[in-house]
Amino acid sequence: MPERPAAAAIVGGQKRAIAQALNLIEDRRSAAQADIASLLAELRDARGAGIGHRVGLTGPPGVGKSTLTSALARELRARGRTVGVVAVDPSSVRSGGALLGDRARMSFDPADAGLFVRSLATAGEAGGLAYAAPASVEVLAAAYEVVLVETTGVGQTETDVEYVVDTVTLVIQPGSGDVLQFIKAGIMEIPDVLVVNKGDHGRLAERAAADLTGALDSLRGVGMADAGEGWRVPVCITSARDRVGIDRLADLLDAHRTGLGEQGLRTRRGRGAVAWGLDLFRRQHGDHGVGALGGHAALRGALQALVERGADPVTAARTLSERYLSKLRRDGD
Amino acid sequence: MSTNGVRERDRPWIMRTYAGHSTARASNELYRTNLAKGQTGLSVAFDLATQTGYDPDDSLSRGEVGKVGVPVAHIGDMRVLFDRLPLEQMNTSMTINATAPWLLALYVAVAEEQGGDRRLLMGTTQNDLIKEYLSRGTYIFPPSQSLKLTADVIAYTVNEVPKWNPVNICSYHLQEAGATPVQELAYALSTAIAVLDAVRDGGQIKPEDMGRVVGRISFFVNAGIRFVEEMCKMRAFVELWDRITRERYGIEDPKFRRFRYGVQVNSLGLTEPQPENNIIRIVLEMLAVTLSKDARARAVQLPAWNEALGLPRPWDQQWSLRAQQILAMETDLLAHDDIFNGSHVIEQRVNDMVDQAWAEIEDIQARGGAVAAVESGYLKQQLVESNATRLRSIERGDQVVVGVNRFQETAECPLTRDLDTAIMTVDPAVERAAVEGIKSWRAQRDQAEVEAALAGLRTAVQSGANIMPPSIAAAKAGVTTGEWAGALREVIGEYRAPTGVAGARLSEGDTGADSEVRVAALRERITSLGQQIGRRPKVLVGKPGLDGHSNGAEQIALKARDVGFEVVYEGIRVTPEQLVATALEEGVHVIGLSILSGSHLELVPQVVEQARNAGIGDVPIVVGGIIPESDARALEGKGVARVYTPKDFELNAIMGDLVDLVAARSASHA
Repeated sequence: MPERPAAAAIVGGQKRAIAQALNLIEDRRSAAQADIASLLAELRDARGAGIGHRVGLTGPPGVGKSTLTSALARELRARGRTVGVVAVDPSSVRSGGALLGDRARMSFDPADAGLFVRSLATAGEAGGLAYAAPASVEVLAAAYEVVLVETTGVGQTETDVEYVVDTVTLVIQPGSGDVLQFIKAGIMEIPDVLVVNKGDHGRLAERAAADLTGALDSLRGVGMADAGEGWRVPVCITSARDRVGIDRLADLLDAHRTGLGEQGLRTRRGRGAVAWGLDLFRRQHGDHGVGALGGHAALRGALQALVERGADPVTAARTLSERYLSKLRRDGD
Repeated sequence: MSTNGVRERDRPWIMRTYAGHSTARASNELYRTNLAKGQTGLSVAFDLATQTGYDPDDSLSRGEVGKVGVPVAHIGDMRVLFDRLPLEQMNTSMTINATAPWLLALYVAVAEEQGGDRRLLMGTTQNDLIKEYLSRGTYIFPPSQSLKLTADVIAYTVNEVPKWNPVNICSYHLQEAGATPVQELAYALSTAIAVLDAVRDGGQIKPEDMGRVVGRISFFVNAGIRFVEEMCKMRAFVELWDRITRERYGIEDPKFRRFRYGVQVNSLGLTEPQPENNIIRIVLEMLAVTLSKDARARAVQLPAWNEALGLPRPWDQQWSLRAQQILAMETDLLAHDDIFNGSHVIEQRVNDMVDQAWAEIEDIQARGGAVAAVESGYLKQQLVESNATRLRSIERGDQVVVGVNRFQETAECPLTRDLDTAIMTVDPAVERAAVEGIKSWRAQRDQAEVEAALAGLRTAVQSGANIMPPSIAAAKAGVTTGEWAGALREVIGEYRAPTGVAGARLSEGDTGADSEVRVAALRERITSLGQQIGRRPKVLVGKPGLDGHSNGAEQIALKARDVGFEVVYEGIRVTPEQLVATALEEGVHVIGLSILSGSHLELVPQVVEQARNAGIGDVPIVVGGIIPESDARALEGKGVARVYTPKDFELNAIMGDLVDLVAARSASHA
């Protein structure tokens, strides 16, 4: 069994302990689950809630997300912020193997204690996030002030990036009309910040940004844009390659986090915790388990109650799991 | 002149040997010896620190100084390198790319010190960055800025050093990276288009001078063992270049449209088992670029028979030079016109290649040209896939390699009876001396003059002015290679190229029945091992040091994913510190290192030791590269689990080892 590191060592930013924690939470053996739950609970206690900033960078393949993530991490470090990065890459369906090649785009100083990068493979998960991503974010958020989650895909499932971060950034490149169509047609959730990367494409980039701004305005007209919370979704042009626009992006992310306030943050993280708990439960017990506890809405309500009382999602899911199993036993009697 | 096909002999091509090692002094002696043996041109190999713009005392240069070539850190080294070699009379080819403007500046400065006229200087700076992103890895700057520097060298030399070949567009390294002949043609010519477009649109050259610019573009080509096909490739090059220069650039004078090229024949196919056979391969490959008079190389350099074992010695290089001299002077080859004109078979083959390559060139143009196709990763990915196909056909036995996958039995080879003396080794004291040398060089300069020269460089880069004049001024002021590149890095920034691995696909047809069974078995083992240890086995593939030859690492990464590993690959030029930090943060189960520059004895123990210090000393480390037997034993003594050399061509077997190592480690933990 992987060693369970001390929560204090993780919160203290010891990389060896953080790495061990990440190894542990990826462990899918049932024997490891109790350890994972207690580690996450300890981290929650050690760190306190409502702090830090979790940022998602998502978008179609090839738009330069990795280079942008690297540039953003560097910008945040320059501002004195410590940064954890979770980079998610798809696994091969055929072999189960994965090339976590995005790391090649990260240039970093190995002696920097304030930066930690972990790659995860999706292992065939829908929604673009890996099984271990929510827990990895929890671990890194215990140690670092900002956690960046970089992932491919713009899906709409409960394992999607919007459930693990406070601020969703959608990255597109000039000339990719698809994304605009998706947004207009309401197929895609509206992110909190829109980035047109590869701004070095000049007028093409400006045109794409103008189109997006126009689309947002018309959606606003029918009350469909902006997630409430008094936030107006901005469009930002960057060139990760030429290091242009990164400072503005960092400012916008800060502004969104500040705008969320305590209440907004609690709402988002609570929603994410419920989605994560639900996902864990469904993985283990399937539709039968969901049905046995009264369906999705009831399960969500039960999770919500547990989370509001301070349970972490893994523990909450385990509690529901026990409820289900004892119900099975009762029904069997 | 010609009666019955018999006529005066043609002049032989220029004969070179790619050479340079240890120090400027040692390399100078080697050059003078080689010239005395009948070599007619010089070909300078620089070490990786010089190629990537670092001084010998930079932490990134550790283990690399003087290894794959000569270190040239300042004008003092350049003076020694060409001591008693009047540059006005030499024809010098320099394999230099990212730092090409700088090395040319040093060369011009030394020539002028010798009292020479720069207008008479003859030679070549390789100066092709596109293939660096795709294969060789000694780039520094982003593609568009690199192209600007290349264009600067061209614009400068066309007027100031008019006999110089400012750029040698390389298809050589594309073949080493796995390119098919058609890919070689298409990618190299697309590179030439990108370079010429940059010059034409850069505003430094008058439209009426484009003919002279085009006339100075030369190529550096590879020749593999399929020598008939390779000869056809050369004829296809001639036709395609004629067409491009005429149609795209409107060059009317046929003299300026001539396809001029030099050659280094294939090193990729040289084998470690039965290495004596390589001299036969080398000679056959030389035929590809010499047999056809209409598509004959201007300059030829041959590798040595023992390059898959380590660095060649002077005798090994002499053997290759003699092969050239025999072909040019003993045989009747140079006494005939083109012996293939009128052959339907050859004509058909050439036409096919021209058509296919033209289609590919148009496709690359549609993708925005060579630079865009580098930045998007398209070209790299195509090469990675071609190379995977090639390796698979060797592994499967479809492509015969004598002594490797057929006819492996052999009597003892007297040439390699003592392996340690069958190659050249660079004395580790060389690096220490170079470090001392650069310190005393810096101490004796006029610092104010140096600062002024560096300021001039920065201003030129910022303003977009030609880089050559301030570089020559910096050379004369005693600026060092690291300072020159540092000033440019400061203004331009650095670039990391796409690895081409993430998107590459292995086609099903590449996996033979037998191999399919072995792959399936490996996948099953890895999946069940993953269940046993809680998560899928994860491997870090690392390329420490300055060596940019990433083909081996890429194929290992691709194969590892194909059999079910999670693979972390960070690309080239990663320090031991970075590798260990990555291994820790990523929680990998095994580390694989690839080093081809000969710096394994310095770099690998650093990784081992730092892994231990970071608390992950139990993660097994394997190493692949051109690693002599005794070095392999030494590495194993320092804690390396396995050492692989070019003879280990069966990737499935290597994957099996990795699984064993992960399983053994988890068993010892249980």
